[in-house]
Amino acid sequence: MQTIFSIGVDALAYGMVLFVISIGLSVTMGLMRVVNLAHGAFAMIGGYIASYAARDLGLAYALAVLLAVAGTILIAIPIERFLYRRIYGQPELTQVLMTIGITFCVIGIANYVFGPTLKTIPTPDALREPVSLGFRTVSAHRLFVIGCGAAVALGLWYFIERTAFGVKLRAAVDNAAMAAALGVRTEIVYAVSFAVAVGLAAFGGVVGAELLPIEPYYALRYMVTFLVVVSVGGAGSIPGALAACLLLGAIDTTGRYLMPEFGEFFFYLAVIAIVWLFPRGLAGRAK
Amino acid sequence: MKKLAFAALAAALMGGVAHADTIKVGVIGPFSGPFALQGKNFKAGIDAYMALNGNTVGDDTVEIIYRDVPTADPAQSKALSQELVVKEGVQYLAGFYFTPDAMAATPLLEQANVPMIVMNAATSAIVTKSPYVVRTSFTTWQTSTPIAKVAFDGGAKKIISVVSDYGPGIDAEAAFKAGFEKAGGEVVEAIRMPLQTNDFSPIMQRIKDSGADGVFAFLPSGPTTLGFVKAFNENGLKDAGIKFFAPGDLTQESDLPALGEAALGLTTTFHYAVSHDSPENKKFVEAAGKAIGNPAELSFPAVGAYDGMHVIYKMIEATGGEQDAAKAVEAVKGLAWESPRGPVSIDPETRHITQNIYLREVAKAADGTYYNKEIQTFEKQGDPGLEAAK
Repeated sequence: MQTIFSIGVDALAYGMVLFVISIGLSVTMGLMRVVNLAHGAFAMIGGYIASYAARDLGLAYALAVLLAVAGTILIAIPIERFLYRRIYGQPELTQVLMTIGITFCVIGIANYVFGPTLKTIPTPDALREPVSLGFRTVSAHRLFVIGCGAAVALGLWYFIERTAFGVKLRAAVDNAAMAAALGVRTEIVYAVSFAVAVGLAAFGGVVGAELLPIEPYYALRYMVTFLVVVSVGGAGSIPGALAACLLLGAIDTTGRYLMPEFGEFFFYLAVIAIVWLFPRGLAGRAK
Repeated sequence: MKKLAFAALAAALMGGVAHADTIKVGVIGPFSGPFALQGKNFKAGIDAYMALNGNTVGDDTVEIIYRDVPTADPAQSKALSQELVVKEGVQYLAGFYFTPDAMAATPLLEQANVPMIVMNAATSAIVTKSPYVVRTSFTTWQTSTPIAKVAFDGGAKKIISVVSDYGPGIDAEAAFKAGFEKAGGEVVEAIRMPLQTNDFSPIMQRIKDSGADGVFAFLPSGPTTLGFVKAFNENGLKDAGIKFFAPGDLTQESDLPALGEAALGLTTTFHYAVSHDSPENKKFVEAAGKAIGNPAELSFPAVGAYDGMHVIYKMIEATGGEQDAAKAVEAVKGLAWESPRGPVSIDPETRHITQNIYLREVAKAADGTYYNKEIQTFEKQGDPGLEAAK
C-alpha cells in the first residue's frame, strides 16, 4: 500500500512537470494550428534566463522566474512578427521545416553564448528540503511543481473559457475570416496567444529544470515527449492535456518502478493504445 | 665549384624529401552535437601536447586532421576513417569517444597499415579486435573495480547496483559485482535503467525498498547525472544513510559546477582528476585550459588525448616517420612515462594503459568551486575486464 502511494506521488509530480511544459504547445497547436517544434527552444531560453538571473546575478528565485517569462516573451515578439506570422494557415510541412530551423538556430546560439555545460537554476532553501509525507519523503520542489501545474491549468481554463479574450480567441480559431469580419483583430489575438504559449513554455522550462536540466540540446531532447503529450491529450484541450500528463506520468513511473529494464516500452505502448482508440487524442475535437 | 654547389643543392633537396615529411594524424571524435564538449576536450589535450612539445618529431612535422562524428555512429566512423586513410593519407588514426565508433574502424587497420590510438572509448574488448589498437584512456572495468573494495571496506555489505542500460553500464555492473562478491559482499539487486530516464524518483524508491545499505551507480557523464544525484538527495536517501558509490564518470569536472552542493561528499574512483597534484599535471592543466578557452570545461577526455599524442610521438620517433604500423605498435609496448594523471605504462600484452586509479571525494575549494579531491591511490591497475571475458 505504501508503495502504491509512493508511486502515486511520483506519478503526480512527473505528470505535472510534463503538463506545465507541454500545455503551451497544446495552445499553439490546438488553438493557433501551428506545429511549433520550437516550443522546447522557448522553454530552454526561459531556463537560461532564469539560470543567468539566479546564479550569475544572484537574484531571488521568484524574480528569476518572472524575468525568464518576460524575457522569453520579449525575445519571441520579433520572432512571431517576422517569422511565425508567415506560417499561420500554411501546410504543416512548411511549419515543421520553419520551426525546426528556428530550433537549430536557438541551439547553436545557446551553445555559443552559454557553452555546452549544464546550467542549473538555484532554488531557494525552502524548496530544496525533503518534506516528509508520513509514508515517504518527497522534495519540496516537487510539491511546488504540483501546485504550479494546478494553478496553470485553472488559470488557463479561466482565461480561455471565461474571459472576453477567450471568446475572441476561440472565434478566431474556428473561423478567422468571420471573426475578422465581425471586428476581431485576429492578428492581435494570435500575437497575444502566442505570447501566452511562449510564456508558459518558459515557465515550464524553469520549474521543470530539476527534472529536465537546461543545456543546449534541451530543445530537441524532450521534443518527442512534448508532442506525445499534446497528441494524446488532444491539441488545444486543457483538461485533455492534464489527463494525458497524469495518465502518462502514472504509466511511466509505475513501469520504471516495477520493470525499469523495459525502459519506455510501457509509455509508448500506452501512447499507441490511446491514439488508436482516440485518434484525435483524449479530448480532441473533430475537425 | 659550380658542380659542387649543384651537388650540394641536390643532396639537400633529396635529404629534404627523405626526412622532412608531414605526418598526418586523423582524429575522430564528437566535435559538434550533444557531446561536443568531450570532442573539445580531445582537441584541448592534443593542442596542449603540441604546444608543450612542438609540432615536429625529428625532422617530421605532425599535422592533425579532425573528423566529426557527433553521436555514436559506427557506419559514419568507418566511412570517415577510410576517407582519412585513402584520401588524406594519414599514418595514424586516433580519438574515438564511443566504443561502437572505435570497433567499426578496427577492421581497416591491418590493410591500411595504420595504428589506432583510442583516446576514450572504454569497453575492454576494443584492444582485442586488432593488434594495431593501443588505448590511452581507461576501461569501465578498470575504474569500477576498485570502488567495490572501497564499498566493502567502508562497511557496506549489501549493495544495490543501478546502471544505465547500455554497453559501459553493463560493464560497470559486472565489474562491480565481480569485485564486491570477491571481497565478500552481496549485490542484492541489479537495476538497468533506460538511457532516456528523466525522472529518477521511482528508481530511488526501488533502492530504498531493496534494503541495501549502499548503491553503486553508473550513468554516462552529462545531463542525466544531475537528475540522478538530485533525486538521490531529495528523496531522502542521503539522509537515510545510504552510501553512494560510482566510477568518476558521474562527477566529471565539467559537470561539477552544475551538480554543486548536491554532489558534495560523493565518493568515486577514476583514473584522472583535474585537481591531481603533480608538476606534470600543473603544466598540463595550464596548457589545456588555455587551449579549451574556459578551464572549467576541462575533463578526462583531454588527458586521454594528451597521452595519446605522447604515444603517437614515440611511434613516429621509433619508425623515423616511415609508415610501419607493426613497428610503431611494437615500439610502444611496455612504454612507461609520467602522465598528468600519474605514472602510466602500455601493457605489452593488452596494449591497454596500466595506471593508478584514485578514490576521490567531491569537495569544496576555498574559492567556492567544487573539485574531485583524491584521497586514496590504487597503484598500477590493469584492465580486469579482459581477464573476466576469457
